[in-house]
Amino acid sequence: MAKEKKGVRIEHVSKIYQDPKTGQDFYAVHDANIDIAPGEFVCLLGPSGCGKTTILRMIAGFESPDEGEIYLGGEAINELTPNKRDTAMVFQSYALLPHYNIFDNVAYGLKLRKMDEAAIKRKVTDILDLVGLEGMENRMTNQLSGGQQQRVALARALVIEPGVLLFDEPLSNLDAKLRVDMRNEIRRIQQEAGITAIYVTHDQSEAMAISDQIIIMKKGVVAQIGTPHEVYYQPSDEFVADFIGESNFLKGTVSSIEGGKGIAVIEGHDVPVSSTGHLAAGDACTLVLRPESAKLADKGVLPCTVSLSRFMGNYQNYQVMVGGSLVKITDFNPKNHKIYEVGDEAYVDFSPEDVHVL
Amino acid sequence: MATAQGASLDRKKLLADPIMVTTIVVLVVFLTLFIIYPLVILLVDSIVGPSGITLDIFKSIMAKGSFRKAIANTLVIGAATGVLSTLIGLLFAYVEEYVALRTKFVSNLFKVVSVLPVVSPPFVLSLSMILLFGRSGIISKTLLGIQDSNIYGMRSIIIIQTMTFFPVCYMMLKGLLKNIDPSLEEAARDMGASRWKVFTSVTLPLLLPGLGNAFLVTVMESIADFANPMMIGGNVDTLATSIYLQITGNYDKQGAAAMAVILLSITFIMFFVQKYILEAKATATLTGKASRQRMLIADRSVRVPLVILCSAVAIFVIAMYLCVPYGSVIKTWGRDYTLTWKWYEKVFVNYRGGQAFTDSFIMAFIASPLTALLSMIISYLVVKKRFALKGFIEFASMLAMAVPGTVLGVGFIRGYANGLFRTGALQFIYGTTAILIIVFIVRSLPTGTRSGISALRQIDKSIEESAYDMGANSFEVFMTVTLPLIKDSFLSGLVTAFVRSITAISAVILVVTPATLLITVQINEYANRGEFAVACAFSTILILITYAAVLAMNIFIRYFGTSKAQEED
Repeated sequence: MAKEKKGVRIEHVSKIYQDPKTGQDFYAVHDANIDIAPGEFVCLLGPSGCGKTTILRMIAGFESPDEGEIYLGGEAINELTPNKRDTAMVFQSYALLPHYNIFDNVAYGLKLRKMDEAAIKRKVTDILDLVGLEGMENRMTNQLSGGQQQRVALARALVIEPGVLLFDEPLSNLDAKLRVDMRNEIRRIQQEAGITAIYVTHDQSEAMAISDQIIIMKKGVVAQIGTPHEVYYQPSDEFVADFIGESNFLKGTVSSIEGGKGIAVIEGHDVPVSSTGHLAAGDACTLVLRPESAKLADKGVLPCTVSLSRFMGNYQNYQVMVGGSLVKITDFNPKNHKIYEVGDEAYVDFSPEDVHVL
Repeated sequence: MATAQGASLDRKKLLADPIMVTTIVVLVVFLTLFIIYPLVILLVDSIVGPSGITLDIFKSIMAKGSFRKAIANTLVIGAATGVLSTLIGLLFAYVEEYVALRTKFVSNLFKVVSVLPVVSPPFVLSLSMILLFGRSGIISKTLLGIQDSNIYGMRSIIIIQTMTFFPVCYMMLKGLLKNIDPSLEEAARDMGASRWKVFTSVTLPLLLPGLGNAFLVTVMESIADFANPMMIGGNVDTLATSIYLQITGNYDKQGAAAMAVILLSITFIMFFVQKYILEAKATATLTGKASRQRMLIADRSVRVPLVILCSAVAIFVIAMYLCVPYGSVIKTWGRDYTLTWKWYEKVFVNYRGGQAFTDSFIMAFIASPLTALLSMIISYLVVKKRFALKGFIEFASMLAMAVPGTVLGVGFIRGYANGLFRTGALQFIYGTTAILIIVFIVRSLPTGTRSGISALRQIDKSIEESAYDMGANSFEVFMTVTLPLIKDSFLSGLVTAFVRSITAISAVILVVTPATLLITVQINEYANRGEFAVACAFSTILILITYAAVLAMNIFIRYFGTSKAQEED
């Protein structure tokens, strides 16, 4: 549907703000380098204050980068005002114009482009069909539910056929169930419209569910860029591993490396790993082990003592001590598994492919 | 760190918007020419003599005993009015917020009292004071039989100003009391404090900055008040009346400029204390909304005396206002109370009343939309935009609030009678209706801007951003989004500007020429001549006009206001 889907390139972009309390300058975004291909769905993910919204607002033009340049479809856009940029944003608060009805809200951008009335009517009707709001043209915005308002906001952004669609935490004002429905809707509509989308969220499951690529940010710095699979199974550091899903961090040293595989020593026990990254023998290392990748067994890799065992319905939740380290284990569908009780001696078991070495 | 690129990009984006740049330039020029420049010229005027910079002008006016007396009078009246207004305002606010009022009657009385000073010309109370207590007053002569009652003087000014200004304190303090969390007071009660102890140890300390704020606002109003001291001061002069007399009686414009500088310095100091110290504190101690409804005091021993006291004051004030229309329809005040229309006939047939009303009305009618639009544009820029001159625009438009009308009037005379800096530039506007309209605009701008700013702060920033993002430029955003959303505020700004303009006197009385007749100036003149019935007739018509304007606004907002439009299907 988009006239031309555009890529976005962010080169060495920084944004500096002043802390209102101390008066100190700080980097809200520091030396960000991001390349987004046309038609891709990319999430900017991170805790609040990590700079993700600032990046989005710089792409839209509401903030000006203090360093670096932003390109939209190959064109440098630093000097363009928001109204001259080929972007359209879906706001967290929906930001619908309260004095217009749904039709006029969606038609707003088209009217500014001096399109003739018949074409406007056709386009608005089509787009309202696409977002599932057919027949609602004459409603006022406050007569809609949150989810419907979000659809209007999406329709309004889509209808002007922008080169890139920007989402600023669009679902955070919706309840949990609706959030899941809407994110699937957004993904479907983005695919149908074939449009580049950049989506800011602090909800990792949302990011996992809809993105082609996830950009994880931490304190103004890009921590990792990768597919959902990559950021989950090959996190670049402890921050990413901890932010996406749950992780156990086992600290130890690399004792030997052979043909890409190696042995790490954790709490005095040898643990075989399938890759060691850039590490050499003798280096300190951290093993990232997902709670659902490990299981509790009578035989296994690391001996442990069970310190917590709790039935949660669809899984059994364990915490065990391996020497001085706490390890969380999630045992799904525990009905037919052996249940360990607090105080039991057991082993943490996992295969070399299930650990990621940092 | 290199914030330079961001700043220069912001600047470039701003410059890419020609309408915006033009608007800012026009605003800056307007504010400089008509607010900053008249004040600067006063300062220049009062320290530059024939042989360079000198303090001789100040020395010579300070040498006059009458002027020193005027300063003292002004401060005494200001302080007394400030204290009394704050106390009565607090009483009203407390009763409204803390006491269980059994009938709607009392709260309606309060409402009327708070609206009356807004819609009536400034000197109405002075007029009725004379009618009630003057030489042929109903109370002084008819009831008490006093033959030579002398109502003129400082005491009357203080009483009149208190009655005029306490509703402002009442409204300010009511807002603050509403925000005190009742659980604070309940906690104190729970620990064994008496009701009086709660008031002195919890409520009052929380309210203290607010009381200081209300006090200073009133003192500033009192000091700047021209009409009441003029009408009822008799031989007691204040700074504002001295300045007026210095120009109209002594033809000493330079002396008047120096006096204006002194008056201005006093109000400026108060303005800065009020705005930057007290206003912040007053709201900071009372953060957030009250968590739940307050248990109102139903105790008869508290309720009955307080309600009676407030009602008595309120009824007295309302009666004062009613005196003026009554005075306009009876034959001879103090002697013959038969009804007659003859004063109205006189107003229109003998006293060119028709022209006065037309002139005042047309000028106020032109000034008010301009003021409303200007103040909305200023608030829009101040709240929603970032640019270099924003600080100046905000400062200058707020500064006008601290400038007494008389000072502004002298500033316009000195600044434009011989053109800009006496070069003859822009001299042509002097003596025209245009300059009167500009004076009206400048006088009403701060109130409009303040209400515009608070209205705009309520609007989610992203609504306007979304419009930008859709491709609208600043002008389109302002016209299609901002203005429709603050329609109510715009409208009330429009009516406030109209009411303020049509009832204004302090500044325009100095700038007006005989070619233009202003109602307020006429009322002042006839009252000074002793033709009170004519003054009453003029005032009554004026009150009707302003009341009609306010009524029209309320009706319009009810049927076409923002909230209404959003409810429609």
